[in-house]
Amino acid sequence: MKVKVISRSADEFTRERSNDLQRVSRNYDPNLRPQEKAVEYVRALNAAKLDKVFARPFIGAMDGHIDAISCMAKNPSHLKGLFSGSMDGDIRLWDIASRKTICQYSGHQGAVRGLTVSTDGRILVSCGTDCTVRLWKVPLSSGIESSDSSDTSDKSIASYVWKNAFWGVDHQWEGNIFATAGAQVDIWDHNRSQPITSFEWGNDTVISVRFNPGEPNILATSGSDRSITIYDLRTSSPARKLIMRTKTNSIAWNPMEPMNFTAANENCNCYSFDARKLEEAKCVHKDHVSAVMDIDYSPTGREFVTGSYDRTVRIFQYNGGHSREIYHTKRMQRVFCVKFSGDASYVISGSDDTNLRLWKANASEQLGVILPRERKKHEYMEAVKNRYKHLPEVKRILRHRHLPRPIYKAGLLRRTMADAEKRKEDRRRAHSAPGSMPRKSIRKNRIIQEIE
Amino acid sequence: MNNTNSIYLTCGCLLWFQDFSDDIDVKVKKYQRGESADLEALKDKKLKGQLANREELYKRSANAAAKAEKWLMQTESGLLEAEGIEKTWRFSQQAIAQEVDIASRKNQFDIVLPDLGPYTIDYTASGRYMLTAGRKGHLAIMDLHTLKPVKDFQVRETVRDAVFLHNELFFAAAQKKYTYIYSREGTELHCLKEHGAVMKLQFLKNHFLLSSINKSGHLHYQDITTGQIVGSYRTALGRSDVLQLNPYNSVIASGHSGGTVTMWKPTSAAPLIKILCHRGPVTAVSFHPNGHLMATSGMDKHIKIWDLRTYKSLQTLPGNAKSLTFSQKGLLAASTGSFTQILEPSSDSMSYNRYMIHQMAKGYQINKILFRPYEDVLGIGHSMGLSSVLVPGSGEPNFDSWVANPYETVKERREKEVRVLLDKLPPEAVMLDPTKVGTVRKERRKERRRKAEVEEEKAAAVAAVKSVVVKKKTKGRSKPSKVARKKQEGVEKVKRGFVSEGGDGGGGGGGDKKKQKRVVEVGDLPVALLPFVSKKGK
Repeated sequence: MKVKVISRSADEFTRERSNDLQRVSRNYDPNLRPQEKAVEYVRALNAAKLDKVFARPFIGAMDGHIDAISCMAKNPSHLKGLFSGSMDGDIRLWDIASRKTICQYSGHQGAVRGLTVSTDGRILVSCGTDCTVRLWKVPLSSGIESSDSSDTSDKSIASYVWKNAFWGVDHQWEGNIFATAGAQVDIWDHNRSQPITSFEWGNDTVISVRFNPGEPNILATSGSDRSITIYDLRTSSPARKLIMRTKTNSIAWNPMEPMNFTAANENCNCYSFDARKLEEAKCVHKDHVSAVMDIDYSPTGREFVTGSYDRTVRIFQYNGGHSREIYHTKRMQRVFCVKFSGDASYVISGSDDTNLRLWKANASEQLGVILPRERKKHEYMEAVKNRYKHLPEVKRILRHRHLPRPIYKAGLLRRTMADAEKRKEDRRRAHSAPGSMPRKSIRKNRIIQEIE
Repeated sequence: MNNTNSIYLTCGCLLWFQDFSDDIDVKVKKYQRGESADLEALKDKKLKGQLANREELYKRSANAAAKAEKWLMQTESGLLEAEGIEKTWRFSQQAIAQEVDIASRKNQFDIVLPDLGPYTIDYTASGRYMLTAGRKGHLAIMDLHTLKPVKDFQVRETVRDAVFLHNELFFAAAQKKYTYIYSREGTELHCLKEHGAVMKLQFLKNHFLLSSINKSGHLHYQDITTGQIVGSYRTALGRSDVLQLNPYNSVIASGHSGGTVTMWKPTSAAPLIKILCHRGPVTAVSFHPNGHLMATSGMDKHIKIWDLRTYKSLQTLPGNAKSLTFSQKGLLAASTGSFTQILEPSSDSMSYNRYMIHQMAKGYQINKILFRPYEDVLGIGHSMGLSSVLVPGSGEPNFDSWVANPYETVKERREKEVRVLLDKLPPEAVMLDPTKVGTVRKERRKERRRKAEVEEEKAAAVAAVKSVVVKKKTKGRSKPSKVARKKQEGVEKVKRGFVSEGGDGGGGGGGDKKKQKRVVEVGDLPVALLPFVSKKGK
């Protein structure tokens, strides 16, 4: 006879001293947890609801400019610093953590249209409608400088006057060269009062310029002739040009996949392109109901933020057709510029109402120090939510966003118009000779032609 | 030299690894919740990739769980083995008591309470506390670690059943007229009048539902967090005092005097399942913890084991049983009179064989038996009090602190209460197959009958109408012309029915033919005429 029964001594399962942690024993047998799938589903539902409860994306507004904000620039070597330029010629450096102006740069006679910071973060380049390019010194440790800006003379390094008004400026990611956009694309060096080279293709104004993050000699521009042009500094002439049906307001390169860029278009959509294959967009990002004014990629390269003339800021996945998030407030007017912060956790928007606004990139993210247990819980909730996101109830909660009435109505109207157009085209196709009206994919039909 | 050595070493390693992996494979199966998805059938490459990743993840987690078993699950399970010509069922409790350690011997006890019986018992999920209710109004909670009563009081009224709610702080007692909820201190918290004179109570832990069946055969579900009555259904099968929860899917089964067992969920007025189990009243029902087996016993002196996946009887055992219960490890106990027998599943097939027997003093009437969770103990409530006997190998040796912890502190209990309340399932989550949550429901396609079948049916229906013999009626109304017309009308009516139905099947075929013809025409026409073709077609 062999007998054994379960025998536990309390000492093994309880703590010895009162300041010890409680002992934990685990058994992962599924039979001990009946209906675990249903429990998981309920957790997913609760997580989705909590997401909505904690969705408070707006952190604060940065007040100080006295005219609409036209452009912004991140400091690549300083996370907290952000430059903004306004229509009255004022440039300010903000400390994002305290949301205060650290210093002001005055000198521009007209609107500031472009701002950019050199690679080492020491020199700020600005340009504007007063036909000048100005180079400024960035204060070394921005915390020490007081907010009042008594003398501006020592901050200004140089001021170069040129023939025409400028619309944008961008600095190389690695190097000493910056490019300005205006009547043509000019390439400048820090120390020369005149551009090194100029590129021209057609007679129309160039309105935005961006250097490629991976290849320092390649830049993309967009012009008022509805074109997107790619230049290579190593050759003397522009490389390729793409003409679309509507104007592109701004361009942003994907920092993680530097061959791809996304263009913010006037027709409410954003178009992601592969720079090597311009005849077709990789993805069309729809949702805005008015012209998209500015675009900026997150440093992770997985999402980008757009600001639009419809007074909203939206965040898109780099490969998602519709926006993940929409931000708006009653007081925010038309958004002219947006930036993702250097750590991908904040979004800054500058708008017509003279304020910069600071938003969280994830609306319901918890700020501050998170304990490991807490983080684990967040991760678990995220995983469960992700697992059940296709179920109707969870999906409904996750997708729902409150929209201001005008935007909601405009969205409806746009949809109706698109449907009507499609219907009309279908009918026309049905009544034409077969094959005479081939279907054109949405990724192609806004593109008119590509010129080499 | 060096080389050969290393080869030997790797060979040894491989052998050892082979051994180890065989052992692991058995364990892994437990943690793989069902078969993996059939990815070959998928056409969508993206989905296929995503699912393949997920399957890989499942596999890895199952492997990790199986490997961790060695370190996490330290307590060994109980066993009773016979040597030589011994038989396990010959071992008496005294013999077992002499072999086991002193701490376990404490679990063998008899409490003699001759006045207020017969007693019914219930355990908390962790098996630490026992609730006992005497028929004549004695309610008590006992801490089984210290073997001391926590509270002991009398309600001076018939008590038919008592169950713990989600923890030991609250319990419900079905009394003469109403059901009451008491706190651990014996304070009456609620009187549940809607349930009526309840015969049996069950508590659905994940849903916080208290279900009851009353004297008139009404089934009630009440949410105890909000007090709302979630469901109230008439079984229409007479009085029943057999009510059992299936722990796998929280479906409630009740046994009836007609020999049927019905299964219920809180959101439907009709039973999910109705099985005729016995030729006589059903006396007890019990469910295996993994949800695949059900045991029933009836007055027809049979104990039957059912497979709940096919709803077929697997085994019929002779014998009466007033009370049936499955243990966590799948042992089945059945008691009648003063006699209890415990059956174990044979390792090769799903048949139950005798494992142990326990005979109490003659004249004791066992009212309820229940295995204590996480212990090798069977609790018996009978007419002369309470007993507890050792049944080696019945309980799950390793508990999970986050599921049910016998050594729970007050703080842990409070924390767990909050957590469980957050995960409270809605009543709709009770369903026969709980793994269906979050899966896609298969589209039910309407079966289209073949044309020949339809024709055949039509002919048969017409023939049936024609062959009707018309009764002779009063003057003028059975004129041959009138009879013929009437028959013709009948035939037309029958045919009309088939025409409308055949619109999808038979008619559709005709339409296709027409379309084909038109396409041929379009091909022949000159290009200039093409725009007019579709107009003509319309």
